[in-house]
Amino acid sequence: MKKDELIAKLKTIIAPYIQDEEAFKDLSEDTDFVKDLKINSANLVDIILDIEDEFDIRLENEDMEQMLDVKSAMAIVNSKLEA
Amino acid sequence: MTTSEIIALLPYQKPFLFVDGIDAISEDGITGYYKFKSDEPFYDGHFKNNPLTPGVILTECMAQIGLVCLGIYLSKDEFKENSNPQIALTSHEMDFYLPVLPEEKVMVISEKEVFRFNKLKCKVKMLNEKGELVARGLISGMMKT
Repeated sequence: MKKDELIAKLKTIIAPYIQDEEAFKDLSEDTDFVKDLKINSANLVDIILDIEDEFDIRLENEDMEQMLDVKSAMAIVNSKLEA
Repeated sequence: MTTSEIIALLPYQKPFLFVDGIDAISEDGITGYYKFKSDEPFYDGHFKNNPLTPGVILTECMAQIGLVCLGIYLSKDEFKENSNPQIALTSHEMDFYLPVLPEEKVMVISEKEVFRFNKLKCKVKMLNEKGELVARGLISGMMKT
């Protein structure tokens, strides 16, 4: 999936869970879910489940552990979509 | 895992343990009960000369039975002897319908919605002894064994 399209989709998924509006406005590939967006661990799970639904993929514990920022989320989604 | 083993693993004690027993438990949900004793410490202050069980305590009772007991059961394979589960309430959305007085026994019925990546989310309701709906809502929590 194209980078811009993927970021836009992720942004829609993440939006309900963010606590830092400013960091969300400036969202980039380097944005960290916990440090920048102040998302708590329970909502991080919600994001993972929403990503699964949106892209029709299945994520595992190791994916969850790696999914710390927008960049890693994009990489994981793309690798699952290609698999 | 027996229901008494589950209750023994709960990280609470008096005056903040709100589980007396479990009637049924499965991968899909749990039914348990608690009787609010007239000497529970919060009745002194809630309210002045008019003891009523606080909504936060009803929510706590629903979370202890509906999420924590169920969560321990669902994670039973990961439990070692003397293990100490770490738990956190992460969100709840609750509607209340009837008051609960001292000495009332309530039943909590919880249905699992999601249990993944250590997060358990359940649809939980509380009934009084007449079977009337006291409260219902959604509760989520995280658990590490």
